Amino acid sequence: MAQFTLPKNSQYTEGKAWPKPSGKNVTAFRIYRWNPDDGAKPRIDTYYVDRDDCGPMVLDALIWIKNKVDSTLTFRRSCREGICGSCAMNIMGQNTLACTLGIDECNGDTVKIYPLPHMPVLKDLVPDLTNFFAQHAAVEPWLHTETPQPEKEWRQSPEERSKLDGLYECILCACCSTSCPSYWWNGDKFLGPAALLQAYRWLIDSRDESTGERLDALHDPFKLYRCHTIMNCTNACPKGLNPAKAIAEIKKMMVERVV
Amino acid sequence: MAEAKEAQRPLSPHLQIYRVTWTMAMSVFHRATGTALYFGFALFAVWLVALATGPRVFNAVQWFFGSPLGLLILFGYTWVLMHHLLGGIRHFIWDFGYGMGDERMALARLTLIGSIALTLAIWVAAFTFL
Repeated sequence: MAQFTLPKNSQYTEGKAWPKPSGKNVTAFRIYRWNPDDGAKPRIDTYYVDRDDCGPMVLDALIWIKNKVDSTLTFRRSCREGICGSCAMNIMGQNTLACTLGIDECNGDTVKIYPLPHMPVLKDLVPDLTNFFAQHAAVEPWLHTETPQPEKEWRQSPEERSKLDGLYECILCACCSTSCPSYWWNGDKFLGPAALLQAYRWLIDSRDESTGERLDALHDPFKLYRCHTIMNCTNACPKGLNPAKAIAEIKKMMVERVV
Repeated sequence: MAEAKEAQRPLSPHLQIYRVTWTMAMSVFHRATGTALYFGFALFAVWLVALATGPRVFNAVQWFFGSPLGLLILFGYTWVLMHHLLGGIRHFIWDFGYGMGDERMALARLTLIGSIALTLAIWVAAFTFL
């Protein structure tokens, strides 16, 4: 049964307000904090960022805070251009990448930042993604073949290749899966939109020869069918992909092979 | 060697902080109206039982359904039924893989607008023609 409220140790309280810099162009950031070492409950700290001294993106503001205000603020980041997926977090109530979201795009005078929803927190904005990556591995995201290896590469027509567009671009940032209420309530059994989008990517690959086995593996009341087309995944994807549509296509393949 | 002690990790906030979108809200509405239909159908069962029991009970039930409270309940039931009907059609369209692009928000909004419009139309028609 889904638990809609947070467990006691996860309920957050008002935290510290950090000093406000002088300057006219200052934006407030309310950021989720939790430190595994101090034994305290999670809290929401308030930081003030001098926008004239800081880059345009939310990630720029986080780095500015870490460099100039509070070096203990912890978050993942790497490429700062939306290709590594490290800085996925919940900003203004929506999962997205901090590096591709402009501070100006956050409507409202306060920017609210939380870790990806309904995940175990390692520290501050860093969630434990072990289960998420295990689910990706579970769909066996590689080419399965039985026919002997061709002398050159496995051939594919441009039309067949175009079926992978909108699927291969996934960067596994986990924005979609952690936006999904079905994944919140059944994340241990439901594979979630990210893993299912990858499952579909291999299901419709013309070179893959285990479509039947792949569908068999997904034929389960939870793994695939916990998707109730809530579409938070598609709304959240920072790469503009459509996991909900990919899942619908898998469900169609399930029906088509029976009839 | 000091024993590494793992702190009990908190669960990050979810429903508390997630921004509600139309598709998300309509999914909740579909669940809620689906549950409400069970109770709504009980209204019909009560009416049928009254019909079978005899004129005295039937008149009492008829009186209740005709009272302002009864009418309000029936009006609510009409909306619940219409909303679940349109929600079902929306899910039917989505299950065929259509309407999942940018038009998904409009489809979700249409469910609510359509259900309210249909409910009003049914009640206007009922009071005009019956």
